[in-house]
Amino acid sequence: MNWLTNYVRPRIRALVERNKVEVPENLWNQCPACERMIFHRDLEANQRVCPHCNHHMRVGPGYRFRSLFGEDGYEPLAMPKAPVDPLKFRDLKRYTDRLKEAQTRTKAQDALEAAAGMLGEMPVVCAVMNFAFMGGSMGAAVGEGFVSAAREAIRRRAAFVAFTASGGARMQEGAVSLMQMARTTVAVQELREAGLPYIVVLTDPTTGGVTASFAMLGDIHIAEPGAVIGFAGTRVIEQTIREKLPEGFQRAEYLLEHGMVDMVVHRFELRNVLERVIGILLRSRVEYAEPESDPAPELAEEPAEPVTELREAADD
Amino acid sequence: MSVLLDFEKPIAELEGKVKELRLLMDGSDLDLAEEVQRLEARAAKLLSQTYAKLTPWQKTQVARHPDRPHFGDYVAALIADFTPLAGDRSFGEDTALMGGIGRFRGRSVMVLGHEKGRETEDRVRHNFGMARPEGYRKAVRLMRLAERFGLPVLSFIDTPGAHPGVRAEERGQAEAIARSIETCLDLRVPIIATVIGEGGSGGAIALATADRVLMLEHAIYSVISPEGCAAILWRNAEKAAEAAGALKLTAQDLLDLGLIDEIVPEPLGGAHRAGATTTARVGEAIARHLRELEERDGGELRAARRRKYLAMGSENAA
Ligand SMILES: [Zn+2]
Repeated sequence: MNWLTNYVRPRIRALVERNKVEVPENLWNQCPACERMIFHRDLEANQRVCPHCNHHMRVGPGYRFRSLFGEDGYEPLAMPKAPVDPLKFRDLKRYTDRLKEAQTRTKAQDALEAAAGMLGEMPVVCAVMNFAFMGGSMGAAVGEGFVSAAREAIRRRAAFVAFTASGGARMQEGAVSLMQMARTTVAVQELREAGLPYIVVLTDPTTGGVTASFAMLGDIHIAEPGAVIGFAGTRVIEQTIREKLPEGFQRAEYLLEHGMVDMVVHRFELRNVLERVIGILLRSRVEYAEPESDPAPELAEEPAEPVTELREAADD
Repeated sequence: MSVLLDFEKPIAELEGKVKELRLLMDGSDLDLAEEVQRLEARAAKLLSQTYAKLTPWQKTQVARHPDRPHFGDYVAALIADFTPLAGDRSFGEDTALMGGIGRFRGRSVMVLGHEKGRETEDRVRHNFGMARPEGYRKAVRLMRLAERFGLPVLSFIDTPGAHPGVRAEERGQAEAIARSIETCLDLRVPIIATVIGEGGSGGAIALATADRVLMLEHAIYSVISPEGCAAILWRNAEKAAEAAGALKLTAQDLLDLGLIDEIVPEPLGGAHRAGATTTARVGEAIARHLRELEERDGGELRAARRRKYLAMGSENAA
């Protein structure tokens, strides 16, 4: 796994390379996009966005919770137990062995973690997928985690924010993993019926069954710059169709252009945008100081011209 | 005999011999009746033995057999006054996913399903049953229409998966599937899905999130094709037979896992040997479930459907 050796946090890196206890201060990371070297401290200070090419590197649940709620500003939610290995699946390795490896490596139970905290004055429950855990694949545990986090949001009358990062369904759980698409959709419907905002932040990469279920059912879709977001994998598309893939295919900006996301937001701005959006949706009225200047323009008396301009602009 | 599966060849050989002997008898005074009878019995026994213990990979091949009854055959056999409806009202029409209104045993219904097509030209026209976003959006439109007029939805699942392509991605393949699943979970009318051949991943569950999911005896339903799974996990597409076993994709496996509700038995030797019997049996099973579901209040039906899917993969339910 290239990305792991490239830029993973020193602490986790130390866990992976067990013989190294101390991580040298002068650690360098290489950007997987532009391949330039970045001084580790600079990368951390830059929220793990490459200072050379603006590549947004993958980050895990803990990182997201801290950047959203502050170092000590959140309460991790206990993830309910899910059935383990319902198929008794075995390929070249046992699925239970793959699971254990992933658990040891990531110190996580499965590919989704959730936490509750405050964003400004608004209560928020946040679920984050962990691509480092078996490619963020969705099995029963991810489904269970998503459902329980969404229900926790309903209990707390909180907004629900889901950060997606997934290669799709977890093959080793067969049709059980497929059913999680329907299951997580029920959780989205419950949020909607409770009148709570459901915001999806699509991060790199979000594909397959996760995209084709809860990731595309948000009230508002925010994508991180450059994130790969799609249904089918590019290799599958190339093999099946023998079509040449267009420049920037399945990138966040491409999805914005094709109407699948509301906005592409730089990591530096993400927290502010979430706070603003959730505030507008959850608190429908706030005390607002009237501006002292001119009264609001009277729309009815606006000349017709700007409308024409707008229409022309929309045509191309 | 058109397409012959590998493991059917010994049976076909016996059947061929029987035919030869009969021709021989016709043209002469030879009395081969005993021999014919013996061979026929052997062929029948071999057929039932073979089909009683098909491996998951063999079932995959049966499920994909081109002579199996397709969506169009079910409609022809079960739906009177079928009136196809087309288009998603936004981009286009997709004939990989067909839909329309009609009558099932006198009851007005909405029918939806994947159509793979049969002859080469036909298969291309139906895109081998791989629907594009407009197909799923048409399904959403028709399900909403069904709900407004209180029509139960009958869906027939038979797809290798949703179409993987550049244009499909541009038009939001993932979103279209997600909305289709969501709509299935939102309906206040009964929805009964039948997996008649291949239940391929997201493209299948888009129409198969239902009050009742029935599955033909030799149909398959899987998160990924055995070939795809083998290529990724075994790094060798030729391990498809192994992957088919590991994926637990047969009707029997899915029933054991509690993910489907009923298996509809196929005629001896598979649905491709006796299409009419197969469609009739599916019709009987649908009618039985429909009678039961129609008794129930729409809101209660929807709540029960959501509970059913919430329980799938939950520790409490498993
Ligand atoms: Zn870079």
